[in-house]
Amino acid sequence: MELTVNGVERRLPGEVTLADLVAQLTGESRGVAVAVNGEVVPRTGWPARALRDGDRVEVLTAAQGG
Amino acid sequence: MSTPPPESAFALGGTTFGSRLILGTGGVTSPAMLEKVIRASGAELVTVALRRIDSTATMGGGMLEVLARCGVRLLPNTAGCRTATEAVTVAHLAREAFETPWIKLEVIGDERTLLPDAVELLSAAERLVADGFTVLPYTTDDPVLARRLADAGCAAVMPAGAPIGSGLGIGNPHHLRLLRQSVEVPVILDAGIGTASDAALAMELGCDAVLLASAVTRAVDPVRMATAMRHAVEAGRLAAGAGRIARRFHALASTPDEGRPEL
Repeated sequence: MELTVNGVERRLPGEVTLADLVAQLTGESRGVAVAVNGEVVPRTGWPARALRDGDRVEVLTAAQGG
Repeated sequence: MSTPPPESAFALGGTTFGSRLILGTGGVTSPAMLEKVIRASGAELVTVALRRIDSTATMGGGMLEVLARCGVRLLPNTAGCRTATEAVTVAHLAREAFETPWIKLEVIGDERTLLPDAVELLSAAERLVADGFTVLPYTTDDPVLARRLADAGCAAVMPAGAPIGSGLGIGNPHHLRLLRQSVEVPVILDAGIGTASDAALAMELGCDAVLLASAVTRAVDPVRMATAMRHAVEAGRLAAGAGRIARRFHALASTPDEGRPEL
């Protein structure tokens, strides 16, 4: 399965949920927000959200700014 | 004699803050520097942006820990958004990430000036108010737009004194006075501050608070400038309430002439 994660193409084997992907990127879940194909996915929805080929995933957190 | 209200107490979105200085974090280079400038500024409300978790803007993580340790309230922003739709999505992401309905709404309309797109800004504000957000829009010094934003249900309006990061101060003080009279919600001067006198002037013009980032974070000595800003905002607020003397064309002696010896 090929995904775009934070603008970078990634190839992941088998079935992967959004919760799995976030866990690969960070040990944190607080302070993290995720959008898939431009839609916000609430934290409670991460485990049930199976990722599909071609999904564009944005995994975001606190940054300096403003 | 009754006790006057504390000069610094500031009600915003149903919360009372002890400081009228709101600190932006744009330009900080490390969580350690962030902690020092927050403490020096006395700010109780601090902005935070939302960026990709692997970007350098996150400074390797640790921002949220610093903000929690300082006991400040988070004000997430929609910095960099160009359309209402994009800004609304980022606001919802920020609410997910930071568990706050407060949002500093920025919808940029021009690359060189970074001034807001009035049409997209008002549209985004209306949608976010309907979604239950406490909306603090970054706007221009246009009193009419400010009124439209207030009428849409924004908790404050945040006019620019000058373009973001320009350090030019307050370009049109009269517009700020007019804007102050055009809305009942708090007015927060946001953007353009270069040095302490700019922040004091904003308060003297009747602003309720000042939001600044670059003026502190990009100063040669950010901690010293954060301290200066803290005092400037307090001084400007005091002066605004103290009733300044009228401007005169000619001098008016401060020392009485009466009793002067003949020599």
